[in-house]
Amino acid sequence: MTYFRSHVLVCVDPACLKKGAHEITDALQDEFVAQGLIDEIQVLETSRIGGCDNGPEIMVYPEGVHYVGFTPDDVPYLVEEHFLKGRVATKFVQQEKTFVDEELSDPTSKEVRVVLKNCGKIDPENIEDYLAEGGYEGLGKVLTSYTPEETIDIVLRSGLGGRGGAGFPTGKKWQFCRATQDWPKYMICNADEGDPGAFMNRRVLEGDPHAVIEGMIIGAYSTGSNQGYIYCRAEYPLAIKTLNIAIDQARALGLLGKDILGSGFDFDLEVRMGAGAFVCGEETALMASIEGNRGEPRPRPPFPAVKGLFGKPSNVNNVETYANVPQIIINGPEWYAAFGTEKSKGTKTFALAGDVQHTGLIEVPFGLTLREIIFDVGGGIKDGKAFKAIQTGGPMGGCLPADYLDLPVDYQELAKAGSIMGSGGLVVMDEDTCMVDIARFFMDFVQDESCGKCRNS
Amino acid sequence: MSATTATVQKNNPLTDPVRKQLIDQIVDQNKERPGATMVVLNEIQSAIGFITPDMQNYIANRLQVPASRVHGVVSFYSFFTTNARGTHTVKFCMGTACYVGGTPALIEKTKQILGVEPGKTTPDGNITVEICRCVGACSQAPVILVDEDVVGRVKPNKMPQILKPIQEIAE
Repeated sequence: MTYFRSHVLVCVDPACLKKGAHEITDALQDEFVAQGLIDEIQVLETSRIGGCDNGPEIMVYPEGVHYVGFTPDDVPYLVEEHFLKGRVATKFVQQEKTFVDEELSDPTSKEVRVVLKNCGKIDPENIEDYLAEGGYEGLGKVLTSYTPEETIDIVLRSGLGGRGGAGFPTGKKWQFCRATQDWPKYMICNADEGDPGAFMNRRVLEGDPHAVIEGMIIGAYSTGSNQGYIYCRAEYPLAIKTLNIAIDQARALGLLGKDILGSGFDFDLEVRMGAGAFVCGEETALMASIEGNRGEPRPRPPFPAVKGLFGKPSNVNNVETYANVPQIIINGPEWYAAFGTEKSKGTKTFALAGDVQHTGLIEVPFGLTLREIIFDVGGGIKDGKAFKAIQTGGPMGGCLPADYLDLPVDYQELAKAGSIMGSGGLVVMDEDTCMVDIARFFMDFVQDESCGKCRNS
Repeated sequence: MSATTATVQKNNPLTDPVRKQLIDQIVDQNKERPGATMVVLNEIQSAIGFITPDMQNYIANRLQVPASRVHGVVSFYSFFTTNARGTHTVKFCMGTACYVGGTPALIEKTKQILGVEPGKTTPDGNITVEICRCVGACSQAPVILVDEDVVGRVKPNKMPQILKPIQEIAE
């Protein structure tokens, strides 16, 4: 094998190709030959390096210097500067990005990132990025070493509860669906994040779609399902686009479709779009919507695990629930159960919004107090004003005033205080907020979004 | 009522061969899928921009489902509209964080500039103003959507500047 002192990677993504990436490769080859460097330096074409906004782009290793925005005519200069004189050709160096992620900053000391681990770090449109972070390892492990029952047992032992808000043990739900002797069975992902003030699921779908897909495949294997649907609200067009790209890429690698990873197990997925109805976040309404009907809930029982989508056994979990599953498989149920409180295990993502200093996404273990979340993680109230209330659980949740600041946040404690966990939107309100007006706003919302079944009963 | 009918007649996709072909194509591509009604209506809404009662009947016929069912679905979901919209839409996010952040003041300012209330279109048919549910960009509240673009941290005095580009295109 030949060893090279340097490797030059040329980005050949469509955007860079349009700007002449192949010509750059040729020019580099020619110049290295002309300078007698061709035995020392290897030129390779690769997929995306940066954002491709400023292409063509190359990356020089081992130095890790990123050059952009030059033409074949600039290549001799670049080669002379970098490879002969050994200094960085500053005029073509990619400027440090000044882009600030307003939604997701580096974790604070009280945070634990499980679901948000890859968000903002990997390219969601490139499955290889996910694979490089250990993606689909959990699926491989499940398909090769565990029976469906063993997989369900792992999820049960992790203590993972439904992250859509109710906290029902995910493993139990899977057990019920597995037990029903009727086929086909459907695996459904609830991505109808309708609570105003909540955007955690959107960010996971846009930033790490494969984690959700992998969780769904593992769930499908455990329950015996071969077809899945992701029901995503129409307000999230980017999430839908990202999911579809991810599904295509997973299918191309044999991670979806027939005989997944040679295991004999088949599973495929489809994204279905909502059309603007809050009530479709409720699982029976959601299934009615996938069936092509008005999204009206129906009474339970029968539960979806017995009679769900198209009258067949179905399992509905939230985006965040599925995204936790691969991590639980890889790291073990004990690892996951070590986070959180006695009854609420693991971590929860929250969207902090409103009058708080640092708005955006956070992920914390259950049991942190509201005070820790608002003041330590969120940096306190904006403009030095006083805290008035925090709304948890969406419009049908509750607003907790200052007396509750030391309440540990888990499913049980929030319910005791008269609010709910809900999907994870936290809207902080300062002293200027009129609570009567807020109450009116929520009542308007629930009245408008009611399907009508409860109003006249 | 008569004014609405006149607009619909003038703007009837079923009498326009290009758009009718598009509708047929969408129906044909999806009619065999389970739960086809929602998929078809979603695609037609996004391709044509609205679904009139005539179109609903036509779609029901093509899908071989009762017209009442298609009408039921169209009237249930807020994304389906039965009238043509303006060339541009401005949507105000009415999520909790945006509401607390001052969306009502932005709507008031827009009313002054464009002379229309949410749910209405400017008389020249250029801009439709709407209220929408939380778009999930709460960390930038208050947020508005100008066509597909999310504009965050909007203040009432920024509204004229935001609306100017889409107002100008009409002239």
